Amino acid sequence: MELVKVTIDGRQIEVAKTTTVLEAIQKAGIKIPTLCYHPELRPEGACRVCMVEVEGARSLVASCVYPVSQGMVVRTNTAAVREARRMVVELLLANHPKDCFTCARNLNCELQTIAADLGLRGIRFEGKRKSIPIDANNPSLVREQEKCILCGRCIRACSERQGVHVYSFVKRGFNTNVAPAFEVGLDKAPCTFCGQCATVCPTAAIVEKDDTREVWQAISDSTKHVVVQTAPAVRVALGEALGMGPGSVVTGKMVAALRNLGFNRVFDTDFTADLTIMEEGYEFISRLNNGGKLPMITSCSPGWVNFVEIMYPELLGHLSTAKSPQQMFGALVKTYYAEKSGIKPQDIVSVAIMPCTAKKAEAAREEMDSTGCGPDVDFVLTTRELARMIKEAGIDFSSLTAEQFDAPLGISTGAGVIFGATGGVMEAALRTVVEVVTGKELDCLEFHAVRGLNGVKEAEIPVGDLKVKLAVTHTLSNARKLLDKINSGDADYHFIEIMACPGGCIGGGGQPYASCGDIRQKRLNSIYECDQCSSLRKSHENPAVKELYDTWLGKPLGEKSYQILHTHYHPQQRG
Amino acid sequence: MQYIRAHVLICAGTGCTASGSKKLEAALHEELVKKGLDKEIKIVETGCHGFCEAGPLVIIYPEGTFYVRVKEEDVPELVESHLYKGRVVERLLYKEPVTHESVPNYNELGFYKKQRRMVLGNCGHINPEIIGDYIANGGYEALAKVLTSMSSGAVVNEIKQAGLRGRGGGGFPTGMKWEFTQKATGDKKYVVCNADEGDPGAFMDRSILEGDPHRVIEGMTVCGYAIGADEGYLYVRAEYPLAIKRLTIAIAQAEELGLLGENIFNSGFNFHLKIKEGAGAFVCGEETALLASIEGKRGMPRPRPPFPAISGLWGKPTNINNVETFANIPQIINNGAAWYAAIGTEKSKGTKVFALTGRINHTGLAEVPMGITMREIIFDIGGGIPDGKNFKAVQIGGPSGGCLPKELLDLPVDYDSLVQVGAMMGSGGLVVMDETTCMVDLAKFFLAFTQSESCGKCTPCREGTMRMLEILTRITDGEGKVGDIELLEELARNIKNTALCGLGQTAPNPVLSTLRYFRQEYETHINEKRCPAGVCSALTGYKITDKCIGCGLCKKTCPAEVISGELKGRHTIDQEKCIKCGDCAAKCPLKAIIKG
Repeated sequence: MELVKVTIDGRQIEVAKTTTVLEAIQKAGIKIPTLCYHPELRPEGACRVCMVEVEGARSLVASCVYPVSQGMVVRTNTAAVREARRMVVELLLANHPKDCFTCARNLNCELQTIAADLGLRGIRFEGKRKSIPIDANNPSLVREQEKCILCGRCIRACSERQGVHVYSFVKRGFNTNVAPAFEVGLDKAPCTFCGQCATVCPTAAIVEKDDTREVWQAISDSTKHVVVQTAPAVRVALGEALGMGPGSVVTGKMVAALRNLGFNRVFDTDFTADLTIMEEGYEFISRLNNGGKLPMITSCSPGWVNFVEIMYPELLGHLSTAKSPQQMFGALVKTYYAEKSGIKPQDIVSVAIMPCTAKKAEAAREEMDSTGCGPDVDFVLTTRELARMIKEAGIDFSSLTAEQFDAPLGISTGAGVIFGATGGVMEAALRTVVEVVTGKELDCLEFHAVRGLNGVKEAEIPVGDLKVKLAVTHTLSNARKLLDKINSGDADYHFIEIMACPGGCIGGGGQPYASCGDIRQKRLNSIYECDQCSSLRKSHENPAVKELYDTWLGKPLGEKSYQILHTHYHPQQRG
Repeated sequence: MQYIRAHVLICAGTGCTASGSKKLEAALHEELVKKGLDKEIKIVETGCHGFCEAGPLVIIYPEGTFYVRVKEEDVPELVESHLYKGRVVERLLYKEPVTHESVPNYNELGFYKKQRRMVLGNCGHINPEIIGDYIANGGYEALAKVLTSMSSGAVVNEIKQAGLRGRGGGGFPTGMKWEFTQKATGDKKYVVCNADEGDPGAFMDRSILEGDPHRVIEGMTVCGYAIGADEGYLYVRAEYPLAIKRLTIAIAQAEELGLLGENIFNSGFNFHLKIKEGAGAFVCGEETALLASIEGKRGMPRPRPPFPAISGLWGKPTNINNVETFANIPQIINNGAAWYAAIGTEKSKGTKVFALTGRINHTGLAEVPMGITMREIIFDIGGGIPDGKNFKAVQIGGPSGGCLPKELLDLPVDYDSLVQVGAMMGSGGLVVMDETTCMVDLAKFFLAFTQSESCGKCTPCREGTMRMLEILTRITDGEGKVGDIELLEELARNIKNTALCGLGQTAPNPVLSTLRYFRQEYETHINEKRCPAGVCSALTGYKITDKCIGCGLCKKTCPAEVISGELKGRHTIDQEKCIKCGDCAAKCPLKAIIKG
């Protein structure tokens, strides 16, 4: 690697020749404001907030896109730089609703933070402001384009990370805007509702649809029995939104907080994650033995399911028919749990806490109504929304004493918790499938080949006489690569796990902001830590799952299981 | 062999076509047949002569008689008198605006006398749809020369030594650009011709493409050989249908003769050309936006480096020049770098085509050697200002250029002196203004253009130009505030310093240059709430001077009934209620009512 010497604000440092000026500045320990820059997306050089002086350049340069060169002299804090930065931010604010008090991103907004850091004390331009109707016609995301600063991060996240290409710039000049083709709403666009756009948006131009009011109302309605399930990835991220370090494991505090909020029962989606393994595992064995469609692909990630329904409907037969853990849970709450507890399903309000925005849309799917009296999951809140409710309730989260989930739908294994990480479903399935097929106990439960943040992970695992070929991937642009391989006949896999979001659910569209590689790795580590600390680590050994089959469902893939725990898919005509 | 005793050249450029040259041609043909002259007199459709203001233009050879504004109904007389009896039709000749003398011959027109038509040399004289016409005038000799006797390095050197600079705006040395692309590593390279001419009033590129398309094709092919490219794109705006049609014909003809395609002149060199129609975004004239547009993406500029010479079209080394630049190439190769470098000034070589528009007698295209003064262009070639008005300023370089006052009329026109005075060569649009132009209003006009044509990508251009426009609007609406000028200057300085591409970086130029040379006018608008040129309607009032004899006509005319006064006494206008329609001033027999 060729190194070059650059001088930044008088300090000389050595960096790789391929470094940008911004990266060199950061390496020198200097923080300059950025807006359109995102460490995981291709730099655009659009916002012009990161302008610096480079000796010899005709004008200021956008440091995020300018390459370093040998002997370059950079100044990040001159009068011209300060004036330019303040002007750019003032111009952005002049075309921005000044409703910070009531904004979804109040105190958590990059634009607001930069304005504060720069010490802006007034906006001298009181002219035209853009006026675009809010797009809220879908269950997952709200786009308030008046808050958009046209940094293009959503466009790049959707195109580069997800390969979905929903957004692009439209119109010109002051009327420039970000929109799906023909400026339709997201419900009419080929959007998977994965919410990655919302996670990278620096302002509140794209946010999750807020369902906290509805949930508060259900909690305060004494005629309702409100139960809540919490997804595996929430427990390793919620702390971040409440002032704790990335990767903090807050399972017990979360349970305590949910009880404090007033939920009648606090359950765990990990329970149905274990159940998913039973159904999906047996489905895989059945496909292997009976010549079913292979490779079988997981179906837990609703962003992924939308993607395949919209973009690759010809491959729908590859999807496991097992419902996602959230929907298995919802179905059981309104049937099994209602029966057991003697509460009418219509009196139960079922809430799910998810790291995901697409889960909101999944819960709203017509077929997800097992009782005929409404959705199995009534409300889905993202990790961010739960954090807001905890703050609103005045709960001092970090000082809470850990509590346990309620039984029986709160009993789970380590196999269930690793669903939150890319490769986790595959690993959990292997733990069960190998033991069921061979009848022998596994020596080592950890399948490291499917772990980690590499884009596409492949492995060959012996299951009895067969070497099972596996692939695991995360993000939809990686998913596209695998699907194209299936279509071209080059994929001889037996089983594929696909998660829509980077790192799996721990990097979901509903997780606390600022999720980048480092933070995702910490969440990932914590997920595996939770697994390691579990006394039970195989789904088929979950006693509550066993009891469920013994007393109520019968057997995996049995008639009742099939009716309650499986679903079907249909092509979506959008865009 | 058939004997043709006279050629009638009818201009079929866009300007003359718009003023009826097609109908004229049909009528002439019919008349010649009627008179039995169609075998001995040949009609030739040509490209643009640049003197569009006087179209449709007809030149009759061998005499070279130059007829202007020829209509269908003039045809019988033209045929009967000139072509049959050999008498010049006096009334259809051009008359010099000052002397009112008729000018029978093309070369004696003031408009042409000071021009040096090299790039435009064929325009108006050959049929652009016949490749033989181009070849008969020395066409494709340069290509033959480079392919049979020059190394690619020698070609690049020739262009470098000629001192040719880009004619599209920036004025970057063309030879250096070619050298960068030549030296860039890549298995595939491209030549791109920027024909997305978008500056309001500029149409030299269109005229070249319409009048002499092969010259551009030849220039691009020479470039392909020099840099090692085998494929080229002509990015032509879709609003130029005639240029696209003639280019399409020209490419097909060149391919048929083996002047484009595989193994040209048996040299082993291959070159293919494609036309890409642009959809009419001004910003697509910016090279990186243009490349994005060819690739099928939204035309938005991207930051440089990397420059297109290293990573251009589809990531391959790409050389982009504009139409006029490529059109200069064949003559440099044919006549040598030294010949070319002898024309022009020390740092600006060759000629430049200017589009003359606005308040000027001869609107049209003029090609002049670099270094000529603005005064010569506007007064000698352009024929001065019409209606006896005084010259006030000239906007040079399109909406990104600057506005120069009469004190700078003797400035030699070249790349560097223009930049020094706050303007730029740009593509060579010249908009001339007389004393009835308000400079604040003018700046507002150009800024409204760049604002609506901004691609919207970078903040300073998208948002900053809007705020500048709002301040200018406020000033012209009579609501200007103390501090507005300083705020405009602060915005302009920062937009120039931070915008992503040339469009944004130059957008404040019209404001900055008018502020530099006409600051007083801004101040008058703001402090006195008055528009000295009488243009800004919110700031314009009508006054009755002491020339008034009290005839009462104005009082009768006024639709708002706000004029009062006794018969034979001086009348007055109630300024509060006046609707500023100007009817009174138009009616006053003594011109006693003035605007201001």
